[in-house]
Amino acid sequence: MIRLEKRPTPSRLWTAVTPVFAVLATMLVGGALFGFLGADPFEAIRTIFWDPLFHPQFAAYSRPQLLVKAGPLILIAIGLSIGFRAGIWNIGAEGQYIMGAVVGAAAGLALYPSDSVLVFPLMILAGALGGWAWAMIPAVLKTRFGTNEILVSLMLVYVAQTILASVSSGLLRNPEGMGFPGSRNFKQWDAAHNAEIIAGTGMHWGVAAALIAVIAAYVLMARHIQGFNIRLTGEAPRAARFAGVSPTRIVVLCLGISGALAGLAGLFEVTGPAGQITIDFNSNYGFTAIIVAFLGRLHPIGILLAGLLMALTYIGGELAQLMLGVPGASIQLFQGMLLFFLLATDVFTNYRVRIGAKGVA
Amino acid sequence: MDLSAINPILLVASIMVSATPILLAALGEMVVEKSGVLNLGVEGMMITGAVVGFVVAVASGLPVLGFVAGALAAAVLSLSFGVLTQYLLSNQVATGLGLTMVGLGLSALIGKPYEGVKAPTLPKLDLGPLSDLPVVGRMLFSHDVMVYLSLLLVVAVWAFLKFTRAGLILRAVGESHDSAHALGYKVVRVRMAAIFFGGACAGLGGAYLSLVRVPQWTEGLTAGAGWIALAIVVFASWRAGRVLVGAYLFGGITVLQLNLQAAGAQVPVALLSMSPYLITILVLVLISARGVHGAPASLGRSFHASH
Amino acid sequence: MNRRTLLASAALAMSLGGAALAQDTTKACFVYVGPIGDGGWTYQHHQGALAVQEAYGDKVEIAWQESVPEGADAERVLTQMALSGCNIIFTTSFGYMDATNAVAAKFPDIKFEHATGYKREHPNVATYDARFYEGRAVLGHIAGKMTKSNKIGYIASFPIPEVIQGINSYYLHAKKVNPDVELVVTWAYTWFDPSKEADAARAMIDQGVDVIAAHTDSTAPLGEAAKENGAVIGFGQASDMAAFKPSPRVASIIDNWAPYYVKRVGAVMDGTWEQGASWAGMPEGEVVIGEITEAVPADVKAEAEAMIAAITAGEYHPFTGPINKADGSAWLAEGEVADDGTLAGMNFYVEGITAEIPN
Repeated sequence: MIRLEKRPTPSRLWTAVTPVFAVLATMLVGGALFGFLGADPFEAIRTIFWDPLFHPQFAAYSRPQLLVKAGPLILIAIGLSIGFRAGIWNIGAEGQYIMGAVVGAAAGLALYPSDSVLVFPLMILAGALGGWAWAMIPAVLKTRFGTNEILVSLMLVYVAQTILASVSSGLLRNPEGMGFPGSRNFKQWDAAHNAEIIAGTGMHWGVAAALIAVIAAYVLMARHIQGFNIRLTGEAPRAARFAGVSPTRIVVLCLGISGALAGLAGLFEVTGPAGQITIDFNSNYGFTAIIVAFLGRLHPIGILLAGLLMALTYIGGELAQLMLGVPGASIQLFQGMLLFFLLATDVFTNYRVRIGAKGVA
Repeated sequence: MDLSAINPILLVASIMVSATPILLAALGEMVVEKSGVLNLGVEGMMITGAVVGFVVAVASGLPVLGFVAGALAAAVLSLSFGVLTQYLLSNQVATGLGLTMVGLGLSALIGKPYEGVKAPTLPKLDLGPLSDLPVVGRMLFSHDVMVYLSLLLVVAVWAFLKFTRAGLILRAVGESHDSAHALGYKVVRVRMAAIFFGGACAGLGGAYLSLVRVPQWTEGLTAGAGWIALAIVVFASWRAGRVLVGAYLFGGITVLQLNLQAAGAQVPVALLSMSPYLITILVLVLISARGVHGAPASLGRSFHASH
Repeated sequence: MNRRTLLASAALAMSLGGAALAQDTTKACFVYVGPIGDGGWTYQHHQGALAVQEAYGDKVEIAWQESVPEGADAERVLTQMALSGCNIIFTTSFGYMDATNAVAAKFPDIKFEHATGYKREHPNVATYDARFYEGRAVLGHIAGKMTKSNKIGYIASFPIPEVIQGINSYYLHAKKVNPDVELVVTWAYTWFDPSKEADAARAMIDQGVDVIAAHTDSTAPLGEAAKENGAVIGFGQASDMAAFKPSPRVASIIDNWAPYYVKRVGAVMDGTWEQGASWAGMPEGEVVIGEITEAVPADVKAEAEAMIAAITAGEYHPFTGPINKADGSAWLAEGEVADDGTLAGMNFYVEGITAEIPN
């Protein structure tokens, strides 16, 4: 009989080795999938995992793009992970991302065409505030009325989407846009443009913010008393209460942080890579970030790596579609498989596999 | 504005049809969550049920066979989630989201050759004299069999959880898997069964979309219905009766807001468009202010027998 | 219309992937906003891409990417396409406008074609669109003639000029043949959500609407109409939606991008490509009315066909005065024809539509 035995502490060796196993397994099964679809399995796998980093034609461009794609995912996931550690289920980061972008963009556009250096900082502030405020709705409802935050945050995603559609064809519409939906393009307005900090590196302010968030979250969770309170609330809510940790405070804190970071991500995207508010401005970053958070085991460094890995499969997947003509759906399936393998092999980190009957200890 | 154009009888009739896919999926997910497992892969299971149900119905010409196949396919897919979370103890939230990705991708690949094809549809159930009754005949007794089956399922799930021993065990497993284990119940087996049932229900809901509601296969057909189903379970505070209320409320507001638009109501369309979500939140706030909660205590936690 | 099977597409991909980028092949690339399997907007663009392959055979290589979000990802996808050696890139959704122009600035030797937009900031960017309102006029005529309840419906996506044009054209031509006709508009606030589209159709049917046009992608409104045993009719949108023939789908408005794509790729091949702003319609075969079925009486069908002929020949413009705006102010005088600028940015209803445009 095969059984699992919990390790006293997670194995460091296996923590490092399992992702490699998972990726290898995905390559095997994924390769078979692409083979079945008529593509060369080796070429497909190489295109997804290797080409974005080392292909002579693409790498110079797509390597920095890894940061651009991973930046918002990491930024949002860091915020979410803090809440998840406390047992607070913010599923609506997508909505907070949208509202951060909308509020931040609105604050900036109100000042158009000012060239003050204060415009961009003000927009950043407004973006964070927008995401924060949107997350405060489930926070307040939860603390005041005990309303479940999963439902409220999720429903507010759809509300935010409608607001987005409405403002992009109304309030924030580009007055010089011939009546078409969509705001002014921030890339064409230097004071509000989230440009690369060092040209050609992909390093824009949003990526910088994501890296800062990783460090800050690490310090918070490992060193700070609030981090301890958060973990305690998640692992032993009753004990936390006895220790004098206010659940209300934790809920407001955690949803606030995750909302503000998602809002920031939205603002940095709308002023940078996306450029403008449009009806379909959001592209599921808020949902993908939940995967990134858990793939990174809710640990800041893990999230950093998970974000980069997800970004790699996205960009590699794009190249595979373009170069090999595999259907977009197969990329999605491939990503799901990778996720499954990563999660499945995780068991070896926390458990030992024992073969044989349950012995006497 | 011509609100008299809205016929309440037809309104109720169309709410019942509109809410059925969400109701089915939410009911299944509720049973899963009652057993202490949080499966966020409802969307992926629904769309798998939708595509397999469609393919089988087209191939066989029998919609009923489509429903059976859709339910089975989604249930089998959900077992992958079950194996990962129950035997390999993976994180349920992440695994559920992975399941959604797998389901969306897989369904698109399976459905490719069936785009643009029309499925044999489910006829309305002939209820004889009942259907001819004034008002209620059109409102309640003029639907297809799946609408009634979904209602029956609500009653069955309610009775199962409340009155049967198996239902009691399922709830016990969801409330405290350690105690249930100590009492000698097979926690993992119970949960696998619940996950399978949840998958089957989601598959039925998906097949209802592709065989009755749309009725065609296109990529991304479910368009987020699975997420709404998840929300409805929370809304319902994990009770069968309230799942029905939640699904009909959400479906009802959706149908009503479109009816108001069609009748030319002088309310901003954006506001109408977001009303189903806002009102669901509002009603949940009102309910939760009365202090009724009831999430299964072990929800989302992995169970391992060693400790 | 051939529906590609999975294996056929994969086989095609193989042969493409294997072919080296020789000097004499031209590479045409396509960016899609939805999946090819959406059965509507993206599907039709992909049909155009396949037509390019068909027309030029070995001399051309095509590549595409599905479901590219209009936000931050578009610019990267376009850049990667440019780097991969595409000679001409078609960006097939309005939301790609700024990304297209930004990438075009970096790759002056590559031609960019942006659908439904208006920005041509660099000499290597052209724009193209289709005069869908021409087709809507024909559908409006059929709707006005066929309705028995005098209530016709329109399921709209978002309040953007292209959709407003369609609504106005549809209504004007229904009204012309049926002065009692009333138009009901519902906004789905989505391009694709079958359940919601079905609900919208159902709401209108329940309120006595018996002809439904849709500007959303799925067949759900037709599916809902089909439940009324012939009492309610509708139209195929974007693609032919032939599965619902002969009723409820009595006709369809088809986006046919093939002529334009073949022409423009050909221009790249022989070096005659020039920047332009194409707004083609029925005369160029870009907007096509699919088969009008036997559910439509012969005389109505003949009138519709006459209108198609007149528009195709350039003799009739669907927006010909006298037309007033919904607020009662005059727009077009007797015999006056709408100018393209006003049409392209259309943000008002014509007289007779009682609702208001949301924003």
